[in-house]
Amino acid sequence: MEFQIFGLGILTWLVFIPIVGMAIILLLPDKNRNAIRWTAVTVTGIQVILAGIIFFIFDREKLGINDADSFQFIEQFSWITVEAVPWVGRIEISYFLGLDGLSVLMVILTSLIGFIGVISSWNIDKMVKGYFALYLLLVTGMMGVFVALDFFLFFIFWEAMLLPMYFLIGLWGGPRREYAAIKFFLYTFVGGILMLLTMLALYFSVAYTDPATGQSVHTFNILHMMNPSNYVEGGLLSGVDTTWRYVAWMALFINFAIKIPLFPFHTWLPDAHVEAPTPISVILAGVLLKLGTYGLLRINFPIFPDATMYFMYFMATLGAISIIYGAFCAMAQTDFKKLIAYSSVSHMGIVVLGIAALNTQGMVGGVLQMFNHGIITAVLFLAVGVLYDRAHTRGLNDFGGVANQMPKYTGIAMIGMFAALGLPGLNGFVSELFSFLGAFESYRWITMIAVTGIIITAAYILWTIQRVFLGEKSERVKNLTDLTPREYLAFLPLIILIILLGIYPAPAIELMNSSLSHLVEVVLNGGQ
Amino acid sequence: MIEHTLHSIGFFIPEIILVLTLCVLIIADMAAKTESQVGGWILLAGLLLAGVFTVLQTGVSELVFYDMIAADPFSRFFKVLLILSGIFVVLFSMQNREFDEYRERMGEYYMLITGMMIGMFFMVSSTNLLLIYLAFEVTSISSYVLAGFTKRQRKSAEASMKYIIYGAVSSGIMLYGLSLLVGVTASTDIYTINAALAEGIGQDLILNVSVVMIIVGMGFKIAVVPFHFWAPDIYEGAPITVTAILAVGSKIAAFGLLIRFFTITFVDSSGISESGLWSVVDGVHWEILLAGMAALAMIVGNLTALRQDNIKRMLAYSSIAHAGYLLMGLVILAEQGISSILIYLFIYLFMNLGAFYVAMLFSNRFNTESIEKYKGLGFRAPLQSVGLTIFLISLTGLPPTGGFIAKLYIFGAAISGGWIWLVAVAGITTIISLFYYIRVVRNMFFFKPEGESEKVQFHYSSTVVLMLLLIPTLILGIYFEPVLEFAKHSIQMFGV
Repeated sequence: MEFQIFGLGILTWLVFIPIVGMAIILLLPDKNRNAIRWTAVTVTGIQVILAGIIFFIFDREKLGINDADSFQFIEQFSWITVEAVPWVGRIEISYFLGLDGLSVLMVILTSLIGFIGVISSWNIDKMVKGYFALYLLLVTGMMGVFVALDFFLFFIFWEAMLLPMYFLIGLWGGPRREYAAIKFFLYTFVGGILMLLTMLALYFSVAYTDPATGQSVHTFNILHMMNPSNYVEGGLLSGVDTTWRYVAWMALFINFAIKIPLFPFHTWLPDAHVEAPTPISVILAGVLLKLGTYGLLRINFPIFPDATMYFMYFMATLGAISIIYGAFCAMAQTDFKKLIAYSSVSHMGIVVLGIAALNTQGMVGGVLQMFNHGIITAVLFLAVGVLYDRAHTRGLNDFGGVANQMPKYTGIAMIGMFAALGLPGLNGFVSELFSFLGAFESYRWITMIAVTGIIITAAYILWTIQRVFLGEKSERVKNLTDLTPREYLAFLPLIILIILLGIYPAPAIELMNSSLSHLVEVVLNGGQ
Repeated sequence: MIEHTLHSIGFFIPEIILVLTLCVLIIADMAAKTESQVGGWILLAGLLLAGVFTVLQTGVSELVFYDMIAADPFSRFFKVLLILSGIFVVLFSMQNREFDEYRERMGEYYMLITGMMIGMFFMVSSTNLLLIYLAFEVTSISSYVLAGFTKRQRKSAEASMKYIIYGAVSSGIMLYGLSLLVGVTASTDIYTINAALAEGIGQDLILNVSVVMIIVGMGFKIAVVPFHFWAPDIYEGAPITVTAILAVGSKIAAFGLLIRFFTITFVDSSGISESGLWSVVDGVHWEILLAGMAALAMIVGNLTALRQDNIKRMLAYSSIAHAGYLLMGLVILAEQGISSILIYLFIYLFMNLGAFYVAMLFSNRFNTESIEKYKGLGFRAPLQSVGLTIFLISLTGLPPTGGFIAKLYIFGAAISGGWIWLVAVAGITTIISLFYYIRVVRNMFFFKPEGESEKVQFHYSSTVVLMLLLIPTLILGIYFEPVLEFAKHSIQMFGV
């Protein structure tokens, strides 16, 4: 589909307009804070509009995944081409963007959360210019990962998120921000190196024949890597079910598991969340974690179908452990933000369990859960932010009776809490149901154990509601004011989506259904 | 005979220009007022002119001066790099406050730099053992003096002394190794030696001893483990501009020599095998030796750098580690590996010189080389700090900076050559390196300035130089095709 604005494709605009915004912000004077904020709002607002356009004109029937022709909004230019390097052949890196049912929902999520993050960043007063510049760079990185179809490009965007995040946590974070920032950086960097090495190994194992010239071309194109017939003879990752393929799968899996974060790679998350400022927590939980599961689906599953099948039980087990372990950890917390951080571990475990089921139901449930979790945790982190801004504490036991003091706020926060709990009628229920249904077909026992996580989730959420919102008004709560219009604005779109997708999830499911069924087929048929 | 010499001179213009620059410098030093920077400008002009003539040699590939010197794309690539690093070092030197006390002697300083440049030019183009050794010594002796140039500083004098002792011993050992090689093959020309070795001379023991000894000398110059012990002290003690030329120029030249010497002398020239890998001549397995050294350099360099507080010392250890990454390219024994070394060196030039430059600016302005004292500088000198951050990120190898491309290619070459364990070491040590690079960044930005906290103004010329280094570092991370092409066309060594 051709859709261009000033000669550039819509995806290029979507990815790089924050960079334009960043350049404008850097040119604005330090003191003109509102102009800086408004630039950020405008830029992310444009992203939301573009994402809206994509939502309406996106063709729900096209498959994508491993078929270049059925991707949509494709943009492909040769970026780096080096002719005939002795013995290696031609080398090619391309600027290759495209959307399919797997990525379209993530793009919508990213633009939405990015916009809401800016609104909730309004009261950041320290080094406003630097903050928004880094923020927009981060948004570009996230958006880029979701639309890149060239591994090299994917990697660049992936790593480009590291530094802005490091500074955003390290400069604007809480008391232990330095520790949290370096921990985040280190974990992700370890994953990055693993991904780099795997990417290179893949690159040297894959060569397609250029139909025009008959040359053998080494390429970073992810779609070419999915085609088993493109693997060169004697390549490190050629063949099926070889040890090296398992090793490569594992290296990639660890990288993505760190981002998800899956037990036992999750320890950076609570630290990062607690120390990060509210909007960054929102971005972190809302979008960044999804990059991990997205990476599994975009890269691990279709490129290594054999290894995916081999490790599926392993994946499901880790998912189940994360669900239960995360829920128990959440129950033990007294810090509101830490509680949500651990609940993220638990909820992302559901995603992993769902996609590891390798059937359409589980897969759809998993991807929908990615979207829903993004929205729900955004609400929860915003809710914590509202309390923290007013009371300057996040201790669960420091509050009580907030419902009487801040009724509107309580109403909104409750919707978020109940959605996280999986209450029918709200969006969390739909995706969790699908995930567990899909998983149950593939792994009875694991799923049965994992479902108990739901009960624990209910327990800690209800207990939190009781401690914070119900009961007698505590001394601390008495002077708190209810939501401001700006805060309403941040909550509103998310709450609407929570309710809407809870009652009628079809629009979201339609977007991805055909692509994800195709992905399941691809994996089950060994990449065909 | 005369014709041959005259013909050869045609390929020798850059070197001649440098020699003439040296002469002009001597005269200018006598004539000019002592306080002026005239020496720097003369050298800059000389380097630019030599650079132009070097570039004009595009496409030439032959042996001149009775097969003593190769004028080929390979040497041209290195000469371009050397000229670039020379230009930057001269620009740095003109701004370096360490030299304030020594203004009347700056003429000498630039003369020595020129001498070093000439030596390095010969290092990358000699094909005769005799000339190789001479070039080696010309470079070394100039750098010994340069290291002690700020002689009233104790550390500088000490550095010079240590450098001489280490240097003399290791070049002595190398000379012995070379003489053994000449002894068993009866020639000083590396092509003839290669032919003799290919026939098989049955003196494996002597050959191996000689290879080890030669590696000692060359390993000393590129500062690779276990011949690195001189580097931290000398890097710390020498004036920072000299440190920069040692860490960049001298390393580039030594790599040029190392690559040419080993790939011509010890590679079986009968052809490339099926897989595209070269095979080494029978009996000498220098690539295993170099692989071990590369791994050690990466491990030792990165681990030791963790504990450094002096930025020059930290960069010294980091450059040892980088020598390890670079060596990986050579042990692969393929053109791919060589071209990835060239790409790495090209990018390394900008990012490492950039790091040294900001360190110099900070040392000029804040009078400190201690990383702990960098606290809060991000708010006092924002542009310079952001610049240093980018250089350090690039040295770590994170996209979208040039350093990532450098690592990408060298890792890629090693993977495609099948050296998985070496790449694993490189990957792990890269993660370690993040710690010490990011520590500088953390100190600059995550702390409030101690004491004074107002912004500091830097002279606009320093911003220009900073940009000259910063922009390539960033651009090379996104658009690097020209460098790939340049490197690809430059691996054609005469006779390979």
